[in-house]
Amino acid sequence: MNNEPERGIQRKLRKRLRVESFFKLLMAASTWLVLASLVLILAIILWKSLPALKLSMITRNPGSGYYLGREGGILNAILGSLQVVFGATLLALAIALPAVVFLTSYLRQKSWLAELIRFSLDVLWGIPSIVYGAFGFLIMITFHLRASLLAGMITVAMVELPILSRALEETIRLVPSDLKEATYSLGASRWQTATRVVLRQVFPGLVTAVLMAMGRGLGDAAAVLFTAGYTDKITTSLLQPVATLPLAIFFQLNSPFPEVQQRAYASAAILTVLVLFISLASRRLSRRLGRHKIS
Amino acid sequence: MSIQRLSRRDRGPELATAPFAFFPVALAGAIFLALLIKAWPLLSLKSLSSLIFSSTWLPSRGHFGLWPFILGTIWVTISAFVLAVPVAILTSLYLSEYAPARVKRIFQPILDLLAGLPSVIYGMWGVLIVVPLVSKYLAPFFGRQSSGYSILAASLVLALMILPTIISVSVEVLNSVPLALKEAALSLGATRFEVIRYVVMKKSFPGMLAACVLGLSRAFGETIAVLMVVGNVPAIPRSLFSPAYPLPALLANNYGEMMSIPGYESALNLAALLLLVIVVGFSLLARWYLVRISRRSS
Repeated sequence: MNNEPERGIQRKLRKRLRVESFFKLLMAASTWLVLASLVLILAIILWKSLPALKLSMITRNPGSGYYLGREGGILNAILGSLQVVFGATLLALAIALPAVVFLTSYLRQKSWLAELIRFSLDVLWGIPSIVYGAFGFLIMITFHLRASLLAGMITVAMVELPILSRALEETIRLVPSDLKEATYSLGASRWQTATRVVLRQVFPGLVTAVLMAMGRGLGDAAAVLFTAGYTDKITTSLLQPVATLPLAIFFQLNSPFPEVQQRAYASAAILTVLVLFISLASRRLSRRLGRHKIS
Repeated sequence: MSIQRLSRRDRGPELATAPFAFFPVALAGAIFLALLIKAWPLLSLKSLSSLIFSSTWLPSRGHFGLWPFILGTIWVTISAFVLAVPVAILTSLYLSEYAPARVKRIFQPILDLLAGLPSVIYGMWGVLIVVPLVSKYLAPFFGRQSSGYSILAASLVLALMILPTIISVSVEVLNSVPLALKEAALSLGATRFEVIRYVVMKKSFPGMLAACVLGLSRAFGETIAVLMVVGNVPAIPRSLFSPAYPLPALLANNYGEMMSIPGYESALNLAALLLLVIVVGFSLLARWYLVRISRRSS
């Protein structure tokens, strides 16, 4: 009978569907595993930080005997981190923005010069931040600087530069070339096109890139380890040492006193909230600023 | 760009922005030169291969063998990569091909947040959870003794740290596979998994590879999170359960207070230079591969 081949096909189909459901199960399992462990990280930080999470953590500097478990907070580190990151991001943006404009508007995309610049950005992107920290330290010795806000800012700016440039270049490359050609045909120069049309088009992307770089700079401990120093006071000058949140967490965690360790957890929760705030802000802003985009 | 000639009004801005574009080139060169100059005193005394492949690290007696640190870096990076990549690929396939919209809506913000979470927090979590897990459960399970501060702990922490990055980039790559291709395969009677295996994976292979390399390079240079859980013992690691001392951790623990012992400063700068050279190697490899792929497809 001609039933035989049909049964063979049926059997094969059943096998294929079994493979399908096996892999689907595997994928779903790994997805839930990832989600569970990521949520676990956040949950454990929050749970551990609860006992030490008081208002004084964010309103006061470390008092005398703070590192033995007495009164105080980490206002110095919160403000210090913000100072370092704002300065560093401004510096990095001041270099990345003109660099990317030159790279995308004045260079032919396939020229060896453009390739060289892109390659060195790739290399910079891959350099571990601890190496930037070491390089920053070498600069400091050469110019007889102490560990200071300025040195920390410069080092973090070097870490942020490739992140910013790459993100900017990618968003600029997405701008349709019709738009540029339309402005050229109206007699606009490349500079006018770049600054008045392209940059306006990519403004939401620019904001996201800046916030992303800020997030990275905020959490980078290795870059500020040798360059920014540490202090229990609020920094008021570029040449004073400055406290930063990741280092505050790191130092408190290494303390033998359980009270101080708990404060490390609380500081970690504060840092997490700051990063969360930045990531939410970048979502909101890019959506709101994207309203006028032509695509 | 189709327009070749620059208008006269463009000369000024071109000249003004050009130096900034050369800044990255200059910076990369300056870092290389500065580290080379600082490492030179040691390099002129001993051969490079004796420094790299010797495993005696006794700075006070003038022995600067970097091999234990290099091995530590390789072990930690590779095992983190091996742990993370299969899970990341399965998860991103599920998210892009199967998951209901509701799951995606929950996942995306969590991934974004965790991709940006500072490494010191992952390290702290490692000390709290992963280190006890390794010493109390995983090591006895394999019949080993371990303090928990080990290569395994470091690679678990690192794997979890690079997962969000790899997943969110891969999902973007997978979403860019044209729907028409998938529909064509489905209409020929392929199951959804067969579509994934023969169409989606094939089409998105270069992008997925790029996502994995992104994760790899982040794992490779990670300092603080690794330093907190890896044990920092300068000896050749024997197994996943033994402690190690990767290069970035060596730098973080000793750089800045190395002036008193002769040669120490040079040795640490040589370690930093090694990290830089490996990164350059990676970038060259990636670039060569991309060129090959784009040539093949065109």
